[in-house]
Amino acid sequence: MQTVLQQLVNGLSLGSIYALLALGYTMVYGIIKLINFAHGDIYMLGAFWGYYVINQWHFSFWPALLSAMVFCALAGVVIEYLAYRPLRNSPRIAALITAIGVSFLLENGMSYLFSSNVRNFPQAMAVKSYNFLGVKISNIQILILVVSIVLMILLQLIIRRTKMGKAMRAVSVDPDAAQLIGINIDRTISFTFALGSALAGAAGVLIGLYYNSIDPLMGMTPGIKAFVAAVLGGIGLIPGAALGGFVIGLLETATQALGFSAFKDAVVYVVLIIILLVRPAGILGKNIKEKV
Amino acid sequence: MKKNLKYNAIWLAIAILGYVLIYALEMVGVIDQFGETTLVLIGINIILATSLNLVIGFAGQFSLGHAGFMALGAYSSALVTSVIPTVGGFLIGLLVGILVAGLVALIVGIPTLRLNGDYLAIATMGAAEIIRIILNNLKVTNGPAGLYNIPMLANWGTVYILVVITTLIIVNFVHSRNGRAVMSVREDEIAAESIGINTTKYKIIAFVLGAAIASIGGALHANYIQTINPSDFGIMESINILIIVVLGGIGSITGTFVAAFVLGLLDMVLQNFGTLRMVLYSLALILIMVFKPSGLLGTWEFSVRRLFNHKKAKGDA
Repeated sequence: MQTVLQQLVNGLSLGSIYALLALGYTMVYGIIKLINFAHGDIYMLGAFWGYYVINQWHFSFWPALLSAMVFCALAGVVIEYLAYRPLRNSPRIAALITAIGVSFLLENGMSYLFSSNVRNFPQAMAVKSYNFLGVKISNIQILILVVSIVLMILLQLIIRRTKMGKAMRAVSVDPDAAQLIGINIDRTISFTFALGSALAGAAGVLIGLYYNSIDPLMGMTPGIKAFVAAVLGGIGLIPGAALGGFVIGLLETATQALGFSAFKDAVVYVVLIIILLVRPAGILGKNIKEKV
Repeated sequence: MKKNLKYNAIWLAIAILGYVLIYALEMVGVIDQFGETTLVLIGINIILATSLNLVIGFAGQFSLGHAGFMALGAYSSALVTSVIPTVGGFLIGLLVGILVAGLVALIVGIPTLRLNGDYLAIATMGAAEIIRIILNNLKVTNGPAGLYNIPMLANWGTVYILVVITTLIIVNFVHSRNGRAVMSVREDEIAAESIGINTTKYKIIAFVLGAAIASIGGALHANYIQTINPSDFGIMESINILIIVVLGGIGSITGTFVAAFVLGLLDMVLQNFGTLRMVLYSLALILIMVFKPSGLLGTWEFSVRRLFNHKKAKGDA
């Protein structure tokens, strides 16, 4: 029972990181139908920003987290403006290849500029462990969970309650109609990238604090898994991405706890394929009938 | 029939000429060991990319898992040739690879090809990752360390001949009755279905054929490079193959050839730049996509027949 609870805690903290990343994927996919492969690398940028400001400017945790979010939001907007906007009306596969190119560029550019060594993330916060009914929870795990949930609630409020959020929802349903009623599509898409990238930046700082090590290629695997999480929950749906992230995190820790660490990634993909076959629209997705 | 014979003879002449040309350059010493390796890698990439182009460009199914089938071919051939290190062994290995990859593609394809677009991409990517992780954990494949000291049974000649054969198979398939059915699925699945084409069947035919040919590329890779390990066949490899297809133009076999050459030579030129090489490579990729999203050649194909007809039309005028 205790081990189950312990794994549940570990799985939830890992899952909330995936959920934060998956939200960015799902929003961008929902609005321009692009798998933004560079998203995982924005998360890497966030982690490096956190590393830099904590070491060089002696930021404490909260300013580092917030500045990383702002920095990543800017990075996301710039990437969208330079690389994706010119391809708005070209075939989707061209945009996808560009996204892969941007991802390569960020990974290799960072390796080139700052070397590809793994480095230790500075401890911006003393680690404390609490024992709760025999389950070990560290303050960082609690922090990750709380920050992610707060960010998710904020995101949901922005999307549901603000004018920009309404514009985002309109553009994702029908960009042409949205334009007809006076929504500025370019600005809405930029805003979406900013939101998604800010979440990725937060995830980057949090994972740096949790795992203690960062490197320029750290975004690749979590990026892909977060996308899997977004598909699993139902792509384009905010609650779906959050749910998918937690499911993937729990699955991964459960596989590890059962002694199949080598197969933890394989299990994620097997579950993905099964879900896609049984419910192609994802766990929370609705099946839309195809009209001829 | 006679007319086709003429065009086929010309193509044969071009193929033989290419072989003789490389042979002569090798003899004279223009192509050194390094150049030969580059040519072989370009050839392997052509095999992989044309087979992926069949799936993406002609059947319209977006697969992101091509490296998985390449891995199956590489491991089959490596395991067989380490037991029978002869040319015959290589052929058996090739055949085993084709069968294994085809079978796995069938198993993966039947359920996943019901999905479309990005979902299919993610499902195929997942399938390829599963293949890689299994190879990474099996005893017989020597786990993450991979296989080494694989007998070198492939040289540039083998690669050249196989490039010609696989291209012939793909081009003839595309121009056959089955190929037209496959293309109709790409154009409009519902319309194709309504005129009685079994869309699932044709998608699977294209997918299995593509996988089988990719396994040939893998086998050549194993028997030329002589070492393989599972990390050679990750998502990056699938994406590298995809980049060749998209850069050349989706649905253009000629484009795939051109792109494989351009990228192979670019790689060779940038070799001296170290880490900067990948930065420049990715920048080039972004710039090409932003300014020429349909790829270098779009869907244009080089055709001897058109060349001749063009000349004739000019002569008549």
